[in-house]
Amino acid sequence: MKELIAARGLRKSFGSFEAVRGIDLIVPAGQVLGFLGPNGAGKSTTMRMLTGFLEPTAGTVTLDGIPLADEPIAAKRTFGYLPEGAPAYGDMRVEEFLNFVARARGYVGADARSRVDRSIERLHLEPYRRQLVDTLSKGYKRRTGLAQAILHDPPILVLDEPTDGLDPNQKHEVRELIRRLGDDRAVVLSTHILEEVEAVCTRAVIINEGRVVFDGTPKALDAKAAANVTSNRLDHVFRMLTTSDIGGAPRTKAASR
Amino acid sequence: MNSPARIATIFRREFAAYFTSPLAGIFLVIYLFMSAVLTFQMGGLYERGQADLRPFFQVQPWLDLFLVPALSMRLWAEDRRTGTIELLLTLPFSVRDLVLGKFLAAWAFACVALALTAPLWITVAWLGSPDHGTILVGYIASALMAGTFLAIGAFLSAFTKNQVIAFVLSGVACFLLMVIGFPMLLDFVSGWLPRTAVEAIAAMSVLTHFESMMRGVLDGRDVLYFVSVSAAFLFLNGIVVEWKKAE
Repeated sequence: MKELIAARGLRKSFGSFEAVRGIDLIVPAGQVLGFLGPNGAGKSTTMRMLTGFLEPTAGTVTLDGIPLADEPIAAKRTFGYLPEGAPAYGDMRVEEFLNFVARARGYVGADARSRVDRSIERLHLEPYRRQLVDTLSKGYKRRTGLAQAILHDPPILVLDEPTDGLDPNQKHEVRELIRRLGDDRAVVLSTHILEEVEAVCTRAVIINEGRVVFDGTPKALDAKAAANVTSNRLDHVFRMLTTSDIGGAPRTKAASR
Repeated sequence: MNSPARIATIFRREFAAYFTSPLAGIFLVIYLFMSAVLTFQMGGLYERGQADLRPFFQVQPWLDLFLVPALSMRLWAEDRRTGTIELLLTLPFSVRDLVLGKFLAAWAFACVALALTAPLWITVAWLGSPDHGTILVGYIASALMAGTFLAIGAFLSAFTKNQVIAFVLSGVACFLLMVIGFPMLLDFVSGWLPRTAVEAIAAMSVLTHFESMMRGVLDGRDVLYFVSVSAAFLFLNGIVVEWKKAE
């Protein structure tokens, strides 16, 4: 399979604090990667390096064969990105905002209109297209952010907490959409919800304190829980990998030895 | 898509943004009202009995001091507060595209405001026979000065998420750039600074260059001053955006 995302040896320091301490991430087409970790583990920082918002202190990112550091503009055309909190221009109507993104992506006239219409349709935003982004509920604002990310049908999608703030119905719809999109794309999504990983992801990567502590299928993640754990098995594994609450946890100190 | 097209995309969004809030209307009304009041009341346009726009141009630096920071304050502070800076920098734009697109949008708006004072020009042309060349150079000088103040304001806006802070900082910075050319201040420092240093300080002042252009002298050095100060601050603006973006 073609490597769409290839991040090697990513590190990021803010002053003396090292947020990301050497992460490798190779994602081929057809993979939906769930990116997990406690708050402050470095999820958003990693995603910001994948999308060129932050320059890594060390390491390289190649997107669809294009080196991000050398050809940032070309590389930025290969992905759609939903940043943390789904930022959007509050003073614009949904369709105006999507139109701006369409223009930024190089579409004009009828091309731009059909892109915007299709995106609105896919995220079921039709009743809200003339509404100001500022007046949207949290869930619809997030959908507008998703509509913006998929507008140009990119081979790569990077989604920072795409279902945060959605009600259960909206969550279900968005997961269905991501699953469909993941058929022929590389998708990286971060989440706090472990059931989401089981529901949509074909691969789970857990990071803690800037390092990868698990990388495998959701099934393999489940299998790490002891047989006597019957409920919330994934939560149990997550705590086991990222805290010292449960015996046998590979705490950073132990892991780095 | 090439760089001019990308700059045009940002320009359209930013220019339209002025009109989605009451800012554009309030700004234009206050600017035109104050221009007229100061020109006629303080400047005594009629009483002078001369067909020129000198009183109008004389108040431009002082009006710009309060009004230009109102145009530049939101340029970056707003994007940083709402997080849209992350969206802009991960769309296929370079920092240079963003800096130029935003600056040109604000400058175009300032030029629209300036163009709306054209009735004054028509008035003096109707009442007498002014030197149109002098007036044109005065308008060019006003546009260049507004551009310089906007570049400084945009640069300072990139430092903060708070528009009020951006407004105050820009006002103070533009004020300093003006008063360093005041005869009062220059007389004060000329006592203990060598002549060349005093001249260098005076040469850095916006007022020195604006006033020589206001008299109708289109000197390349004055134009170069405004263009180079603007360019320098726009260049620094890009650096600050990169530096502060993730905070």
